[in-house]
Amino acid sequence: MLQYIVRRLLFMIPLLLGITIITFVIVHLSPGGPADMLTGLSPKVSAEAKARLHSLYGLDKPLHVQYWLWLSRLVRFDFGRSFKDGRLVIIKILERLPATLLLNVLSLLLIFFIALPIGVISAVRQDSFFDKGMTVFVFLGFSVPAFWLALLLMVLFGVVLGWLPISGMHSVNFPYFSFWGKLWDIIKHLILPVFVSAFGGLAYLSRYSRTSMLEVLRQDYIRTARAKGLSEKKVIYRHALRNALIPIVTLLGLSLPALIGGGFIFETIFAWPGMGRLGYQAIMARDYPVIMGVGVIAALLTLLGNLIADITYAFIDPRIRYR
Amino acid sequence: MEKILEVKNLSVEFYKGGKVIQALRDTSLTLKRNEVLGIVGESGCGKSTLALSILKLIPEKEGRVISGEILFKGEDLLRLSDEKLLQIRGDRISIIFQDPFTSLNPVFKISKQIAESLVLHKKENLSTQQMEKEVIELLELVKLPKPKDTMLSYPHQLSGGMQQRVMIAISLSSNPEILIADEPTTALDVTIQKEILNLLTELQKKLGLSVVLITHDFGIVAQTCQRVSVMYAGIIVEEASTSEIFHNPLHPYTKGLLESLPSREELPSSSQGKKRRLKAIPGQVPDPSNLPSGCKFHPRCPKVIEDCKPEEPRLREIVKNHWVRCIRAVY
Ligand SMILES: Nc1ncnc2c1ncn2[C@@H]1O[C@H](COP(=O)(O)OP(=O)(O)OP(=O)(O)O)[C@@H](O)[C@H]1O
Ligand SMILES: [Mg+2]
Repeated sequence: MLQYIVRRLLFMIPLLLGITIITFVIVHLSPGGPADMLTGLSPKVSAEAKARLHSLYGLDKPLHVQYWLWLSRLVRFDFGRSFKDGRLVIIKILERLPATLLLNVLSLLLIFFIALPIGVISAVRQDSFFDKGMTVFVFLGFSVPAFWLALLLMVLFGVVLGWLPISGMHSVNFPYFSFWGKLWDIIKHLILPVFVSAFGGLAYLSRYSRTSMLEVLRQDYIRTARAKGLSEKKVIYRHALRNALIPIVTLLGLSLPALIGGGFIFETIFAWPGMGRLGYQAIMARDYPVIMGVGVIAALLTLLGNLIADITYAFIDPRIRYR
Repeated sequence: MEKILEVKNLSVEFYKGGKVIQALRDTSLTLKRNEVLGIVGESGCGKSTLALSILKLIPEKEGRVISGEILFKGEDLLRLSDEKLLQIRGDRISIIFQDPFTSLNPVFKISKQIAESLVLHKKENLSTQQMEKEVIELLELVKLPKPKDTMLSYPHQLSGGMQQRVMIAISLSSNPEILIADEPTTALDVTIQKEILNLLTELQKKLGLSVVLITHDFGIVAQTCQRVSVMYAGIIVEEASTSEIFHNPLHPYTKGLLESLPSREELPSSSQGKKRRLKAIPGQVPDPSNLPSGCKFHPRCPKVIEDCKPEEPRLREIVKNHWVRCIRAVY
């Protein structure tokens, strides 16, 4: 097992390299550079001044040289400084990371602990009222664009009803709250972003759990479990569930990139002080070092998430563990 | 001998793609205590359906029992409450299946799958060591070499024959009175088939089991069964003691099955040798959602006459304890 994990970790290195190369090329080839953004696209700024900015940032060198310089700094964990405010990229990211992790972990938990029971119950009571209701919900989940839902919910709960805050992570007077007041304040700010970012996954995973469970319930070993004289509860929750979980865990790992990618949009809509919003702003400003830094960290999170999913997978399925 | 299990006029239907599949039509049979009853018939004639119905294991969404009774020591299993049924299923009556590769749960160790049954049926409050001892005893009973290693394995680490032995161990963990074996050797290699059959016969004697052995192989019947029921298209067409069936087969279907076996002289000792099909019955088992009229075998029967077509024949006792469902049968 340990050997497997080490092997997987080593395998992540070429993968990360590939990801950074692609990101690097796309970022540098996309139209408009940091100099254009800094000078507000003003035609009055001379080409000479722009060239000076370019050489200041090292953008006048050939692309592969730039990449090599960037990479050689990266291996020393030096992500460089932001073009925009000159602060260390790594610090900027670390400030934002907890908010992003909080949002993503909560979304994942929500997806898992709501979608799984929904899927399992739908499968066990196939074609029941509950199952049909959930089919409609899933259909909506698939077809409603999340950003539109976000805006809708913001209007309803934030503006019309006034129950929930619609942006940021704290209220303005946050520092003056008691501990519980602070906690409650954060929770209120979390509800909408977590729900919206979990929404698509919720629909997807509940459907997938249903399929997986139905598939398992048809297997011979479930018949064996029944033939032993086990109660239906034990047949389902002891024998079927564990098997149905195997593909679900993999899927959860695979849904991580979508979640992190979606973060760029949701964090921006909800003005959530996370890495996604940082990335979005950096892209808008062509702040290359920050874009690359966010890209590397996001890729790393995704790969780690997949690794965790694979380890869990091996843990549930002995056929993987003992080959 | 005492009747331990009686199936009376059992009809089972499946529903699939808008069609009604008549898997069992008014089937009756009797199992006596301590006997091994063989049920023989080609694929699709309803043998597994019969086995599963006895323990109410037909998936509710797919099919259901239309009519009939299944009497276990006089009590109708079809009318038991769920709770009462669980005291019989896997406890008084156990079942093993055709495909050992898919019949064990892949994510649990063998020890757990056996212990689960032990806990359920008799030994609730055993310590871990005692439980381990019981599991090992069961594995020894089914002659698994290295029971301690086997116990700690997962199903995929065992061969098919070993998996079937584990299934047998599970089925015997509750000291059942009846064992239903649905083609227990069909999925296995010929040599392993023999070992498993010998094991079953030996255990049957040792534990005084009453066994329903389902097979499509008359060779297996010759080796193991005292009595045989021959099934065709969801109904019993002939029933007699094994020697009677082999010496005086009366139904043309039974004759056809016997003729498709390797040479008669090789029986009963080795039917598996070279599986040369001498003479297969021409034609195919009828589609159970679209059965022919009259005797269901008439489209394939070499002795068919007009009278076979309008009405399904009754099961007649031609000589004592030899029943046949054919209007042309004479002793
Ligand atoms: N769950 C099901 N849904 C629909 N049809 C079924 C189902 N189970 C069995 N059948 C049909 O019922 C008929 C009898 O099937 P059964 O499995 O009892 O045959 P069998 O004699 O055991 O055959 P085999 O030797 O292949 O195991 C077949 O035509 C089969 O297609
Ligand atoms: Mg069968």
